[in-house]
Amino acid sequence: MEKLRTLAANALPSLLFFALVLCAWHGAVVLFAIKPFLLPGPLRIASAVAANLPRLLSATLLTAMGALLGFALSFAFGFLVSLLFSQSRLIERSLYPYAIFLQTVPIVAVAPLIVLWIGYGLQGVVAVSFIISLFPIIANTTTGLTAVDPNLLDLFALNNANRWQVLFKLRVPSAVPHMLTGVRISSGLSVIGAVVGEFFAGYGTEDFGLGYLIILTNGQAKTDYLFACILFCTLLGLGIFTAVGTLSNFLLKRWTGTPE
Amino acid sequence: MVAGLVVAQDIEKRFATGVEALSGVDLSVERGQFVSIVGPSGCGKSTFLRLVAGLDEPTGGALTVDGRTPREARRDLLDLAFVFQDPTLLPWRSVEDNIALPLELRGETDPDRVAHVLDMVGLADFAAAYPAQLSGGMRMRASIARALATRPELLLLDEPFGALDEITRQRLNEELLCLWQQDRWTGLFITHNVYEAVFLSQRILVMSARPGHILAAIEVPFAHPRDPDLRATPEFVQIAETISRQLGEAGA
Repeated sequence: MEKLRTLAANALPSLLFFALVLCAWHGAVVLFAIKPFLLPGPLRIASAVAANLPRLLSATLLTAMGALLGFALSFAFGFLVSLLFSQSRLIERSLYPYAIFLQTVPIVAVAPLIVLWIGYGLQGVVAVSFIISLFPIIANTTTGLTAVDPNLLDLFALNNANRWQVLFKLRVPSAVPHMLTGVRISSGLSVIGAVVGEFFAGYGTEDFGLGYLIILTNGQAKTDYLFACILFCTLLGLGIFTAVGTLSNFLLKRWTGTPE
Repeated sequence: MVAGLVVAQDIEKRFATGVEALSGVDLSVERGQFVSIVGPSGCGKSTFLRLVAGLDEPTGGALTVDGRTPREARRDLLDLAFVFQDPTLLPWRSVEDNIALPLELRGETDPDRVAHVLDMVGLADFAAAYPAQLSGGMRMRASIARALATRPELLLLDEPFGALDEITRQRLNEELLCLWQQDRWTGLFITHNVYEAVFLSQRILVMSARPGHILAAIEVPFAHPRDPDLRATPEFVQIAETISRQLGEAGA
C-alpha cells in the first residue's frame, strides 16, 4: 500500500504534465483550425487507433518479432565475438576497427542493399535490426570482459585457475553490468532497426509491421493513422525498455546489495 | 640458522619502466612465524609480497619458498594464500560461495571447512549474504576466511586493514592474532602502521625507501596470547617508537 502511494506520488506529476500537453494540443488544433492532414488532434488520433486497432496490434507484434529476433541475434553473436576479443589481443586489434565501421556506417543508407541481399520479408527486417543493434553489445561486453579487477585475476592465478575458469567464473560474470548497459542500448536500437528494415523490406499486402504501415499511411495522407503508428512504435520501444530495465535491475541485485 | 620457509637473498626488482623497486633484500621467515614488513609508502614492500606469491619474478637474487621458486611452490600446491588490500570478493557470489572459491578452483568441495572458517571469522550468520550487504570490516573478514579456507601454510597479507577505521582495525588485529594462534600458519604481513605490526608480529622488518631493502630486524618479545591492553604498556610503546624512529630515518 505504501509502495503504491509512493509510485502514485512519483508518477502523478508526469501524468499531469501529459494531460496538460494533450489539452494544449487539442486547444491549438481547434483554435488555429489546423488541417487534420498536417496535425490531427489527440481525439482524432484516438479514434484512428480505435478504428484500426487489430491492424495496429498485428503490425506491432510483427515489428516486435523482427526487433526481438534481431536483438537476440546481435546478443548471441556479439557475445561470442566479445569472448573471442577477450581471449586474444591480436584478434581484437584486427577486427575491432570493422566493428566500429559497422557502427559508423549509416544503416539507413545501407538498408536497401541489405534487403537486396537478404531478401524481402522478415529475414530482411531481422538483418537490419541485427546490424544496427550489434555494436553496443560488442563494445560493452568486450570492455566488461577485459576490465576485470587485477587483484581478482591474481587471486585466480594464485589458485592455479585455468583459462576457462578465469573466463567463465571471473570474466563473464564480472562483465554482466557492462553487458546489461549494452543490452539496454541495443534493445532500443533493435526497434529502430526493425522499423527502418520494414521501410525497405516491407512484408507484402497481407502481413506488415509498423514501418511498412508508416510508409503506407504517409503515402495515403492518413496523418491520424500515421500518428497512431508512431504511438505504437513508441509503446513498443517503451515496453522493451521497461522489460530490459526490470530484468537488469533484477540481475544486478547482488551487485547493489538489495535483499532478494 | 634454520632454513626458513621464505628465504630471500639479495633480491632485486626493476620494472620495465626502469623503476628500481627493490635492491638487495635479504630476509628469512621461519615456519610458523608471524613477520611484518613495515616501510614508507612506495618502498616496494607490496612488490616483495607479489614476488613471494609468484605473481611476479625478481630481476635479481634468489627467492625460495619451501626450498623451491615461488611459482614451483604454487604449482605444487604448497598452500599459500594472499589477502589483498581490498577485500576483492566477487559481488555476484554469496559470502559462502566466495569463501568456497579457492577450493572450487582446485576442484575440491569442502562445505565443512567453509562453514568452519565462516564461524572462525564470526560470519556464520552471513553465509548467504552478498558482499554489497556487508560492512567494510565484515568484507575483510570474509576475505581472510577465504584465504584460510585452503588451510594455507603461508599467508601473505598486503595491508589488509589499511582502508578500515581504527576501531575496526584494532578488533581485526586481535581476531587475526587469535586465528594465527589456532593454526600457526606462517604469516608475512605488510603494513605501514607500526602499532599494528608490533601487536601482531614476532619479528618486524623495517624496509627503506625505494629501492627497498631491509634496514633492521626487530624481535617482538611479547608472549602469546596477547591481550588488547598490551598496546598501552610502556614496553609496547617503546618498541613502536624505536621502529617509528627507524622509519623516520628510512625517509618515510
